[in-house]
Amino acid sequence: MTALGVGVRRLGSHGALIVARREIRDQLRDWRILAPIILLTLFFPLLMNLTAQQAVGFVERYGAPIIGERLIPFLLMVVGFFPISISLVIALESFAGERERLSLEPLLATPLTDADLYLGKMIASLLPPLSAAYLGIAVYLIGLLWRLGWAPPIGLLVQILTITTIQAVVMVSGAVVISSQTTSVRAANLLASFIIIPVAELIIGESMIMFWGRYHILWWIVAALGLIALVLIRMGLRLFNREELLGRELDVLDLQGIWRSFRRRFVAGAQSLGDWYAGILRVSLPGLGFPILITAAALAVGFLAGQAYAEPFTLPAELFDLRGRQEEWLDVLARFGMLSATGWLRVVFINMRALILATILGAFTFGILSEILLMAPLGIVGYFAGNLALAGQDPWRYLAALVLPHGILEIPAAVIAGGAMLRLGMAAISVPKGGSLGEGWIAAFAEWARIMLGVVLPLLICAAALEVFLTPRVAVWLLVAP
Amino acid sequence: MPALIETHELTKRFGTFTAVKGVSLRVKAGEILALLGPNGAGKTTTIRMLASILQPTAGWARVAGYDTLQEPEKVRRAVGLLTEHHGLYTRMKAHEYLEFFGRVYGLSPDEIRRRVERLLERYGLREATDQRLGTFSKGMRQKLVLVRALLHDPRVLLLDEPTSAMDPASAHLVRNSIAALRQSDRAIVVCTHNLHEAESLADRIAIIRRGEIIVQDTVAGLKRALLGDPIMELRVRGQLDGALQAVPQGVEILDMGLDWMRFRVTDPEAQNARLLEAFIHSGVQVVTLSEVQRSLEDAYLQAVGQEASA
Repeated sequence: MTALGVGVRRLGSHGALIVARREIRDQLRDWRILAPIILLTLFFPLLMNLTAQQAVGFVERYGAPIIGERLIPFLLMVVGFFPISISLVIALESFAGERERLSLEPLLATPLTDADLYLGKMIASLLPPLSAAYLGIAVYLIGLLWRLGWAPPIGLLVQILTITTIQAVVMVSGAVVISSQTTSVRAANLLASFIIIPVAELIIGESMIMFWGRYHILWWIVAALGLIALVLIRMGLRLFNREELLGRELDVLDLQGIWRSFRRRFVAGAQSLGDWYAGILRVSLPGLGFPILITAAALAVGFLAGQAYAEPFTLPAELFDLRGRQEEWLDVLARFGMLSATGWLRVVFINMRALILATILGAFTFGILSEILLMAPLGIVGYFAGNLALAGQDPWRYLAALVLPHGILEIPAAVIAGGAMLRLGMAAISVPKGGSLGEGWIAAFAEWARIMLGVVLPLLICAAALEVFLTPRVAVWLLVAP
Repeated sequence: MPALIETHELTKRFGTFTAVKGVSLRVKAGEILALLGPNGAGKTTTIRMLASILQPTAGWARVAGYDTLQEPEKVRRAVGLLTEHHGLYTRMKAHEYLEFFGRVYGLSPDEIRRRVERLLERYGLREATDQRLGTFSKGMRQKLVLVRALLHDPRVLLLDEPTSAMDPASAHLVRNSIAALRQSDRAIVVCTHNLHEAESLADRIAIIRRGEIIVQDTVAGLKRALLGDPIMELRVRGQLDGALQAVPQGVEILDMGLDWMRFRVTDPEAQNARLLEAFIHSGVQVVTLSEVQRSLEDAYLQAVGQEASA
């Protein structure tokens, strides 16, 4: 007897196809999946077809044919979308359902790789709904051609087919991520609202764009969805592994465990405050090198973008003509809370609040929104710098007066905070191999907290002091002409 | 004979919980090891690590000559796993189900057909080949998953509760099959709660509790280690009173009646012979001398109980 038995062939990449074929065959035997697919493939497109014909006739009678023109492509998108919505249900059933029915373990015991299983299930979740969507679109278009003589421009057709496909990929890859965090279909269905709600909003947005007639924007949506799909597939490949699938037995929220894990990573074995700071400086900060670089680049882009907007939206030049007695200007600034301890505290509070808000937004958007929020103030600075240049002033003098005194600390604080936020946001897609999403996120959150408490907050406190007590004086001294 | 399964200090932690702690095992070709232990003792986790489904946190395991961490796919090709839960696809027919797994293991269509027919025949499922798995009884399902585990002719079999939910006749059939598989130089690990099954099948037994192997030996060795030296029972014609002075030294009498006594011996072969010789010499007529049967259950409870009280 050979080690692997007689007649055993090497299993190649077709492992995914074997899995997909079995799953699709299984789906086609389930009337709960089959019935809606048939209905949405045949009945619904015919209904939409009738709706389109009636609507076109109706709006033409009232002299608004443009509404009909916009309605037909919109219904084309809807006809494609409805069948792919089933892909979400199939994916949740395929990933979480198989786990719940305990039929996954025999598969995990085979030579199939994690990627084979993942891809096989992805294909099985996508193929039937997408086929139904394409068929539905065909039925709808044939009806329109036959009754109204309307054929879509080839660009629009490609656009609708692409957007339908990419939306299905996003939903299915999102469903895998959700399924990997649960052990039951029920829990997965509850969590599916994280996909359903954004996709519903997306469809509303796409509808508005289509009625507005700005079809080129749809390509940007396709690009963004493509990026999201890549991120979700990467996450799915990381999370869909044997260790994670069998290591998670319960959907119970273990707050004590989470706290212990957070505390362990936050303290990082330090015995004293000095140890803790040494850890931040030697390990945490160098570990943020790349995210910090990205944030710095993003802030620079924000500044340049703001500067570029100065020309189309120019401010009146006299706005920058600061005249008067310096004491009067200082009085005015004091009335706005400058030059006082309460003003100092308020600036610290506002800056921290902004950073925490950016963190929250970034945590659910892979750090993208936190970067955009941080870019905004630099954009405003850039906008004013651009306007100053257009008004014939020296922008660098203004920047030196209004930004530099406190910016010397505040900008590095923002860059470092942005790096930590980006790392936290990216934790969802850079799960440590063999680890869970939760573990990766807690580790990133603990790192974020170390950086914010150990580095950013002290820098912001000092920067606020400079902003409240020093910057007004420097600004008045440099900018106010008697 | 080289070991087909070898583990050293195999450990698995899930977060702060240690499911398996320092398990060291060796199972040779042609040997059956029974893994006994209460629910949650770490049997399934150990099996999953041996099947290269879970990665050990510490220690190592080699299965069929492959490292479970370095060569997981080769390990999984060489292992047939019968999982605790059937996990069948209920809408599939029996032959479709087995064909699917055959393809997954890379078998050729001819080989799949031949093996499926042979195995379904052997396990009395030939008639059910076109039946949907949802209609199978628990026993049929259990037999089918055993067929699935054997389909690719693995050298190592890991069987988690192989006869659970089976009627006595089916369980007997499966037990005989497992015993026959031993002849084909396979290494087999059986996780079971059925102590009779473990006793009748296993060459060696390992008792696992709270993730640790607390004792590992042959059935006889286990009984001796946990229940002490063998206990003999002797019956005589007439009364025993007069013969007691003939009992040689080293024989510990545990209990006795008018015409019988039970005693413990450290060396049955030598001491029993001396005892019989002494009794015959003193004119006592011995009717029977036999070993008192002690069950594996007693030994198991003793092991688990000792560990619990410790």
